[in-house]
Amino acid sequence: MKMHRSEIIWLTISFGMLLGFMLITGYQTFALGMGPPSNQETIDPQKVDQTAPFDNPGLKKVGEKEYEAVMTMQIFSFNPNEIEIPAGSTVHFTLTSKDVVHGFQVVGTNINAMVPPGYIQKISQKFDKPGEYLVLCNEYCGAGHQAMTMKIIVK
Amino acid sequence: MGAKAEVVQPIPFKKNENKALGISLQDAMISRVYMIVAFTALLLGGFLGLFQGLNRAGLLELPHWLNYYQILTAHGVLLVVVLTAFFTIGYFYAALSYNLGGLLPQVRKMAWIGFAMKIIGFVFAVIPILMNEASVLYTFYPPMAASPYFYIGLTLIVLGVWMCAFGAFMNVAHWRKQNKGQNLPILSYFATAVFVLLFFGSIPVAIEVLTLIPWSFGWTETVNVMLSRTLFWAFGHTLVNIWYLTAVSAWYVIVPKIIGGRRFSDTITRVVVILLVVMNIPGGFHHQIIDPGISQPVKYLHVFMSLAIAFPSLMTAYAMFSVFERTARKKGGTGLLGWYKKLPWGDVRFLAPMIAMIAFIPGGAGGIAQTTNQLNQVAHNTLWIVGHFHLTVGTSVVLTFFGISYWLVPYISGRTLTPKINKLGVIQTLIWTAGMLFMSGAMHWVGLLGAPRRTSYTTYFDNATALSWNPYLMFLAVGGTLLIIGVVMQVYAVFYLMFRAPKGKTEFPIAEAEDKEMKTPYWTERWGTWIVVMLLLIAMGYVIPLVDFIGNAPPGSPPFKTW
Repeated sequence: MKMHRSEIIWLTISFGMLLGFMLITGYQTFALGMGPPSNQETIDPQKVDQTAPFDNPGLKKVGEKEYEAVMTMQIFSFNPNEIEIPAGSTVHFTLTSKDVVHGFQVVGTNINAMVPPGYIQKISQKFDKPGEYLVLCNEYCGAGHQAMTMKIIVK
Repeated sequence: MGAKAEVVQPIPFKKNENKALGISLQDAMISRVYMIVAFTALLLGGFLGLFQGLNRAGLLELPHWLNYYQILTAHGVLLVVVLTAFFTIGYFYAALSYNLGGLLPQVRKMAWIGFAMKIIGFVFAVIPILMNEASVLYTFYPPMAASPYFYIGLTLIVLGVWMCAFGAFMNVAHWRKQNKGQNLPILSYFATAVFVLLFFGSIPVAIEVLTLIPWSFGWTETVNVMLSRTLFWAFGHTLVNIWYLTAVSAWYVIVPKIIGGRRFSDTITRVVVILLVVMNIPGGFHHQIIDPGISQPVKYLHVFMSLAIAFPSLMTAYAMFSVFERTARKKGGTGLLGWYKKLPWGDVRFLAPMIAMIAFIPGGAGGIAQTTNQLNQVAHNTLWIVGHFHLTVGTSVVLTFFGISYWLVPYISGRTLTPKINKLGVIQTLIWTAGMLFMSGAMHWVGLLGAPRRTSYTTYFDNATALSWNPYLMFLAVGGTLLIIGVVMQVYAVFYLMFRAPKGKTEFPIAEAEDKEMKTPYWTERWGTWIVVMLLLIAMGYVIPLVDFIGNAPPGSPPFKTW
């Protein structure tokens, strides 16, 4: 197995590039806290309405310009279906599904999380720019999937 | 009874033709029927794809008895299960027959039994889809529950594929026993790798489906959603790589012969195959990067496991361009890049796989980006992903399959490729390329803007952001329309070459290795060892998540029919 010199150079560059991806991803995940949503808590998917905090979904102020949005997802809606916050607020979303697998995506941000039944998913985002943000379910969930949407209004 | 004895057995009426073919008529029949099914699936699945593209752009309202998700399910099943599986098996069975001195009679029987199981399974799966009892898409994530017959159909398809895998193993084992110490011919080596992956890769989905059948019948109450999802992707991504490996086999072995050159180093080719086999299955986890229930360190480990698979592909990139340059220079090509003019661009058997390879440059780069955790979060479940796999599977793999069909179909049919059909093929390839540029390009772009995948036409109640996606979706419809023209031309070419083209002898184009004087080390043949390494890597990737999903499982989910 004799390798040409140019092949060795090419493969070294390739290896270096993949290593670069690894290092940057690792740095962002573990040093900057930018890792993907990975919450580990579970919940009985058939008793979501009786389980705190989902027995009382909605927006709660938890600090200066800091909110927790407790939300349930079900075919084909979000509860609550609209939230309003002042610009510069950080929102911690706490999400679960009452039926099938849903996806939580806020267009124009990097919020993108899977919400399968039985798990409590968490993701946070600071909203600096005022405006109306489109939220949609991005995992096929049934006949009305294309209508599953809500709004986040940043003032 | 040996394979050779079978080949020379007298076959009434067509004996002479049989000899001229270089493939026993009985072996050829297997590949012919598999090709007929594959390209019929392309025709049906292609039209369903067109309907989706037009609907998504807001140009076509579907009748009330046919919904978007039903069509999407059928499109997925026809193109990513039927077309690919039947093509792969038909192609590699022809290669095994050619390489190993014919198929053994019992292997032929297994190929037919496998064929029957797959067809029966397909009928089982498709009837509930047509009845709108299985609009769960080809990923069928529970707790959405399809009709139990849909899952039974899938089980039969998997068993049918296993039958063909075992047949291939038997033929290979028989050859090895008769040719002790020799390396398996290269295309049969690829075939072995593909069937090893098909078998091991489909074990997880078989386990998943076996838990879904009693659940969908109502015999068990709940199902473990995350366990099912994880088992599905252990299979799903492997399947993608199986088609890719099939296409790669033609890049390494067939294309060099067609351009009149030699193929790249035999040893390095086999090393690439081994790497693609052992590192493959854990890669599936990158479909679950933004799932809950898996810790970030485990996800980080999986970034490594997914990126690792890019390495053999980067080796392939070098190998291909090295072969092209060397061959073109031998033919008098000069300059740093000017040698490209010496390649046979007017030959569809070269042009189609060549464009397929070029498409894999952005396709593979997009894949590397997507598999990296934070970038995945940007693209996950948007139309970007759909653009990605129409570039990789829909272009790199499928265009290679098309390119193969222009010599394989005449070969197994005892006919020849005519200049007219070659020209048709060249035009078809260009139309396909333009169609995919429009469609896949628009999907990538609008996906980055946030448009979700697997969603029928919607403006989210006239939301301004969603309305701004419409112009891009129009390109998707334009691309889809070009592609359906390509589908019709391709299917016509295949059926013409099978039943109407002038009779004659077509060669099975296998190139000689550039280092054929050197003996390829025998350790490349130690499949037992490679399978153990593969199982170790699978364990590294999957033991922690599976133990977590089973040990720390929440109460399960009952079935839902939400469509």
